Amino acid sequence: MELIEAILLSVLAASTPLLLAATGELVTERAGVLNLGVEGMMIVGAACGFGGAWLSGSIIVGALCGMLAGILMSLIFALMALGLAVNQVATGLALTIFGIGLSGLIGARFVGEKITPAPHLHVPGLTDIPLVGRILFGQDAFVYLSLVLIVAVWYVLYRTRPGLILRACGDNHISAHALGYPVLRIRTCAVMFGGACAGLAGAYLPLGYTPFFIPGMTAGRGWIALALVVFASWLPGRLVIGAYLFGAVSILQLHAQGAGIGIPSQLMSALPYLATVIVLVLISRARTGGSTAPAALGTVFVPDR
Amino acid sequence: MQLVLEKRAERSATIALVSPLIAIGLTLVTMSILFAILGKNPLSALGVYFIDPLIDGYSLQEIAVKATPLVMIAIGLSLCYLANAWNIGAEGQFLIGAVAGSWLAVKTQGTDAGHWVLPAMLLLGALAGALYALIPAICKVRFGASEILTSLMLVYVADLLLDYLVRGPWRDPKGFNFPTTAEFDPVATVPVLIEGGRLHLGAIIALAVVAAGAVLLGRTINGFEIRVVGAAPRAARFGGFNATRLILLTFAISGALAGLAGIVEVAGPVGHLQPGISPGYGFTAIIVAFLGRLNPIGILVAALFLALTFIGGEQAQIAMKIPLDVTKVFQGILLFYVLACDSLILYRFRLIAASSKVQSGAH
Repeated sequence: MELIEAILLSVLAASTPLLLAATGELVTERAGVLNLGVEGMMIVGAACGFGGAWLSGSIIVGALCGMLAGILMSLIFALMALGLAVNQVATGLALTIFGIGLSGLIGARFVGEKITPAPHLHVPGLTDIPLVGRILFGQDAFVYLSLVLIVAVWYVLYRTRPGLILRACGDNHISAHALGYPVLRIRTCAVMFGGACAGLAGAYLPLGYTPFFIPGMTAGRGWIALALVVFASWLPGRLVIGAYLFGAVSILQLHAQGAGIGIPSQLMSALPYLATVIVLVLISRARTGGSTAPAALGTVFVPDR
Repeated sequence: MQLVLEKRAERSATIALVSPLIAIGLTLVTMSILFAILGKNPLSALGVYFIDPLIDGYSLQEIAVKATPLVMIAIGLSLCYLANAWNIGAEGQFLIGAVAGSWLAVKTQGTDAGHWVLPAMLLLGALAGALYALIPAICKVRFGASEILTSLMLVYVADLLLDYLVRGPWRDPKGFNFPTTAEFDPVATVPVLIEGGRLHLGAIIALAVVAAGAVLLGRTINGFEIRVVGAAPRAARFGGFNATRLILLTFAISGALAGLAGIVEVAGPVGHLQPGISPGYGFTAIIVAFLGRLNPIGILVAALFLALTFIGGEQAQIAMKIPLDVTKVFQGILLFYVLACDSLILYRFRLIAASSKVQSGAH
């Protein structure tokens, strides 16, 4: 019983950075922009988030620093891919290479330092309910925020006019432009939202997941978040399922390693990555009736005047 | 006033030629600012990075040694990128090539196996790299799965496989528990070109790869098809070109070259299999491919330049205590500028008045 509770708790914590980063990328891609720099934005968010929290002593300041760093990174991408009409795949890769170096540079002086991790909610009575209490009422703010955020994204995308316009930009930028919508400005906002989410997701790693910073601590989570968006067919509801599924895979392999099953630890560590490949194949294969991706995803748009 | 992009009537040949130089110039300016922020004298830092390695015989050889894998990988990647197939998992194919070739070296260790061992290792490395690259390619053409994500995921898998092998079954029993295989036998080692030097046969192989790449792209039907499919997919479809076959072909070639680079690196400068055999060659090669304008000769020059940054970065760390991560930041910034300058080949900037309401309304 306690083991199950421990596993579920760690699944929640492991899924949260994936969900946060994937939520941002979902909005970005819905606006028609493929930002492959999620890993880079996350890792810079992790370094800046930890730095902010360590210097100020406040988790909130840290989280804000992470978000700000993510936004600044995403603005580089926006300038390149939207302002200069550069190939989005190449720009995203450049952002990741740049981000990995930059976070090492920023984070070097914080390696070995520790902070008090983000506090967990405690509601007397409710949190003490066996099994479900701590899962529902004993999480840190990031976990709740990630869930609120994805619901908000669903609402804005499907129930409001700005959401409709954003999706229009992603499906047919020429028509959206012809209707008078500022396609590039809308896309820039979407990219910045993606950057803020990725930065926050990165910051969660040293602020809530483990209370210290190590270089390269995102370990491919940004790429898995990108795969999650494909897995979710660009739908917010499925994104939540996907994020928790992947969180579960990464946690179960850790527990299996801990339990000392006679399988090489490296094979278990490879599971989340192998699972990503397999899931991508299965999902793409199931979609025989045409792709569900935003139609203008990843294409360059230069408005003619 | 507002700055807008305007499509050129035709691509500018002048800018195509000078854009890598502009990019390098802008990168150097940006790096000077970064060095100043880090509290180092920008001029002496740039000197340590880019001049010192060039006036020292040992460093010059080392640049060629580091450029060798970059050239091999980047030539393969350029074929993929020209055909609009996004293989970004070259790092994984590099590692798998190293692992597959090392298998033979480990198995023949201490036996009286003859001189066939090294050629067989190189062949195995290339074959394994090609097969490993075909996984994302097949997932792409058969199931429509994004080759970008699958090829990248397989990098992590390859890294873990190598880690497992050198910590487990292939570990050197006399290696004091370090995660490494024993030193390869002489017949399983890439020979050096100059006695006592570091430059090895791999450099010649890399030059041959450049020549082969130039011939493939410039003189063969396959090369023509690769360029057309990338530049004008619709025209290629009407022309009856088989895009599926080209994705498989370019992935297989680039995987084979990355795998070959991997086993050459392990059987050459490193001499045994261990984790960390690559300082990110597979990713740096992406920058090399773009900086070299996806052109074989350009790639050769670009690889030498990026190899210089690896050596310069190491020297700057020793001489001026500049963190090694600066090299990655440098490479990332360089790629940004290269891509941005490339944009000027197709577009030009134009300033327009902010009061363009009438204008935009009229269109």
